Amino acid sequence: MRFMLLFSRQGKLRLQKWYTATAERDKKKMVRELMQVVLARKPKMCSFLEWRDLKIVYKRYASLYFCCAVEEQDNELITLEVIHRFVELLDKYFGSVCELDIIFNFEKAYFILDEFLMGGEIQDTSKKSVLKAIEQADLLQEVLIYCYIDQVDL
Amino acid sequence: MPAVSKGDGMRGLAVFISDIRNCKSKEAEIKRINKELANIRSKFKGDKALDGYSKKKYVCKLLFIFLLGHDIDFGHMEAVNLLSSNKYTEKQIGYLFISVLVNSNSELIRLINNAIKNDLSSRNPTFMCLALHCIANVGSREMAEAFAGEIPRILVAGDTMDSVKQSAALCLLRLYKTSPDLVLMGEWTSRVVHLLNDQHMGVVTAAISLITCLSQKNPDEFKTCVSLAVSRLSRIVSSASTDLQDYTYYFVPAPWLSCKLLRLLQCYPPPEDGAVKGRLVECLETILNKAQEPPKSKKVQHSNAKNAILFEAISLIIHYDSEPNLLVRACNQLGQFLQHRETNLRYLALESMCTLASSEFSHEAVKTHIETVINALKTERDVSVRQRAADLLYAMCDRSNAKQIVAEMLSYLETADYSIREEMVLKVAILAEKYAVDYSWYVDTILNLIRIAGDYVSEEVWYRVIQIVINRDDVQGYAAKTVFEALQAPACHENMVKVGGYILGEFGNLIAGDPRSSPLVQFNLLHSKFHLCSVPTRALLLSAYIKFINLFPETKSTIQEVLRSDSQIRNSDVELQQRAVEYLKLSSIASTDVLATVLEEMPPFPERESSILAKLKKKKGPGAVSVNELEEGKREGGELNGGGERGGDSSAIASTPSPSADLLGLRAGPPVTAAAPSAGSLLVDVFSEAGVNDDGFLRFVCKNNGVLFENQLLQIGIKSEYRQNLGRMYLFYGNKTSVQFVTFTTTVTCPGELQSHILHIHTWNSLEPLIEGGAQVQQVINIECLTDFSDAPLLNIKFRYGGALQNLTLKLPVTINKFFQPTEMASHDFFQRWKQLSLPQQEAQKIFKANHAMDTEVLKAKLLGLGMALLENVDPNPENFVCAGVIQTKAQQVGSLLRLEPNAQAQMYRLTVRSSKDTVSKRLCELLAEQF
Repeated sequence: MRFMLLFSRQGKLRLQKWYTATAERDKKKMVRELMQVVLARKPKMCSFLEWRDLKIVYKRYASLYFCCAVEEQDNELITLEVIHRFVELLDKYFGSVCELDIIFNFEKAYFILDEFLMGGEIQDTSKKSVLKAIEQADLLQEVLIYCYIDQVDL
Repeated sequence: MPAVSKGDGMRGLAVFISDIRNCKSKEAEIKRINKELANIRSKFKGDKALDGYSKKKYVCKLLFIFLLGHDIDFGHMEAVNLLSSNKYTEKQIGYLFISVLVNSNSELIRLINNAIKNDLSSRNPTFMCLALHCIANVGSREMAEAFAGEIPRILVAGDTMDSVKQSAALCLLRLYKTSPDLVLMGEWTSRVVHLLNDQHMGVVTAAISLITCLSQKNPDEFKTCVSLAVSRLSRIVSSASTDLQDYTYYFVPAPWLSCKLLRLLQCYPPPEDGAVKGRLVECLETILNKAQEPPKSKKVQHSNAKNAILFEAISLIIHYDSEPNLLVRACNQLGQFLQHRETNLRYLALESMCTLASSEFSHEAVKTHIETVINALKTERDVSVRQRAADLLYAMCDRSNAKQIVAEMLSYLETADYSIREEMVLKVAILAEKYAVDYSWYVDTILNLIRIAGDYVSEEVWYRVIQIVINRDDVQGYAAKTVFEALQAPACHENMVKVGGYILGEFGNLIAGDPRSSPLVQFNLLHSKFHLCSVPTRALLLSAYIKFINLFPETKSTIQEVLRSDSQIRNSDVELQQRAVEYLKLSSIASTDVLATVLEEMPPFPERESSILAKLKKKKGPGAVSVNELEEGKREGGELNGGGERGGDSSAIASTPSPSADLLGLRAGPPVTAAAPSAGSLLVDVFSEAGVNDDGFLRFVCKNNGVLFENQLLQIGIKSEYRQNLGRMYLFYGNKTSVQFVTFTTTVTCPGELQSHILHIHTWNSLEPLIEGGAQVQQVINIECLTDFSDAPLLNIKFRYGGALQNLTLKLPVTINKFFQPTEMASHDFFQRWKQLSLPQQEAQKIFKANHAMDTEVLKAKLLGLGMALLENVDPNPENFVCAGVIQTKAQQVGSLLRLEPNAQAQMYRLTVRSSKDTVSKRLCELLAEQF
């Protein structure tokens, strides 16, 4: 995987993770361009598209778009499920995750993603293993932020 | 703002985030951020030492600000301090900051590396994982230098925790991708491969990504992974849907691992061991069988995971391309998906079938789905799916269904998205030619193409239709009639005017018997378009007019009047004016006989004669060394046009200019270099344009600049300069289409011994793997000549155009003579040195027939271009040419003398080269014998 983006329907970037060295300027340009392309697509359209030299796999959960850029030989369907598993992990951790959780606890979202994917490859697909790693950190820090606004529909 | 937490939940951060969210305008946001930055700065600079919590909070705020898109230029040191904190969360934030805001300050990197080193050796698995994550996230060369040696050890050590192993495997993969030279697997190879057998599924999942990447680069060293992967796959595939507990995903056992195993196997040919192969085939059959079973869950996650494995298995089956039974089953399965209600599956099925269509075993099976695919092209709502359908139609086309497919593509073209029109036009043109049995169909198709999508029809396409009409007597009358009808349309595309002008100029007489298309009617029709056309088209029309004068004497006075009008004879465009003047003069002074000779019908284009192939095959012998390579380049060039067996044909336009091609001798002098702009071009451009490929490499022996390669998609130009034993070559890659080229990569290799003869350093000026439509990028190659050499370096170009991979290999025109320093000398000296080089092996001689007109000036220009000094008044026979020069290599200097004796009567040359080194004499002689 080359990068993963989370952005809202309004075009606000909520999370970005780059797995290859990319200049800040290029990142901004790519994010802008890609958001435009994805947001313009209609609901029933397919979840894959060719963009530059990459394959884009995206899926919308409530107000958030999860968007992965993968390489030519990567499997689109399994990438869709990478997205879904990540959403499940967020959901499990935050308890019915919503966009605000990700805004206010962005660092947690990054930690969860890091436990799940490393260098763009899956580290572990087991929900238990990933969450165990995250919860260990929380033994020291009991952050519990509750919010039920704009809940993600799973 | 949501309820905020207790304890060290960083309340200040939540407040700040919520402030930002409440900002009504961008200005307000910036103001709030600047206030916060000032605050943090003062805290960091303050005298009071900050506690860990505050430091963490401020670092986290900075990170938030950065992620909002603002620049952050401080805080790195505080983040680094956090790394050595004992509190996990502080350490974690420190690492996160470092991973996101990488800084190249070397002092800082030293500190970071120190902290990482400490954590790696801490034996605390969570700390080790954090450190590994940081290395993987940054992935810089400095990190690789510091840790590439340590990580493999952690990965294979017996006492490493599973979670650490997983991180180590992926961390190593990241470093291998950025600095492969620093990651040396050597002794670890076998233990890494055996991670495929690990008890822990998570470890296998992480390790297999690393193993796949390493296998792609070093297939031989890792080939033992094949049997391990097969047995692991077989265990997963045969397990029940709950066996793997947490690694079962929506009733599918280990889908990620299965996909990765199947992907790893695609790095290798089918297993040779019969038992392993049998087991694998069994797995693939099971996967195909499972696709037919009723789903265990209605959730889309279940079907996605299941089908992900299925598609990966199909990819492997296609990769092997050796099991007809499996290929046909795969095709049937995909056929079912073509009508699935999930758009995603339809998309993937179309894509996957495209590759199946090229296998001889499944081509027929794919063809049975033609109606469904045509329907998809017509009805899919998503353009990306329609694009896949068009690709598949192209891939499944053969002689049996070409007419149907071309017709469907043409009708789709009328409404096609602008983004894919150009590609569609090329595809239609290629299919029409490739599968034309009857040429009137071909002519109709191309004219329709121009009518429907004239703007997207490139020159090569209409050149080609003209070439085919000229070569086929049986279609000429039909073509004349058809273009005449097409031109009746009140608004017709300029490309249509070009084709019409050319064809009526040649064959208008074939339809002149019909009073509805009498000569004058034809002329008036053409001339009615004249004023709307661009200069090159007008130039072409003027040539058509003069041809009319020859074909139909009755039109002479009308046409002369047109030529005589001020708008022609005083046209501000030099080319047009010159044509008008010359054609007018020609028509008034030349006798009918002369006119008939000069304006004779175009001779047939030698079919494919001109391609490098035909030309080189005639010349066996040392000069033909490159036949194979060029043949290969040619074939690839053909594929580049998307053509198959006859792909090379589009360059057949590049025929050897026949004497009458140079209409009216307007183009006197040496053949125009291909780099000359083609604007204002004559009819003869049909020849010279694609002639670009014609001599490729050999055309550059006597010159340094020009076009090395050109086809419908790409033009490669070269500029080069040499001094002493050094050279610099500028390569210009021009995208001729309006679609971007992606993953554009070039590699220069020196085959065989050449590596030790030429040293090249190769740099990109703009390292964008992307060339926008119509754009040109430049690459610079530095060359150093170490000793003399005979082979040429190879330039390989790969890129994707509209989804299809283009691959092309060309010889780079670096030849030994580029390193010549001219040496002036008097007659006496010349002959003295000539005698000194009298050993038989020092001389190379060749007698050969002239390929070009024996024009003294042209010969001189070529010899000067060779790089030697052309010596006047040396040879007693003034007809002969002698040259002297010294080749500068790093190892030595090689003095060379040359004598070229033309024999105008016999149209032959004798070429003699003497050098202090035998290989040089031989090579120079080979190179030069192709030039005259």
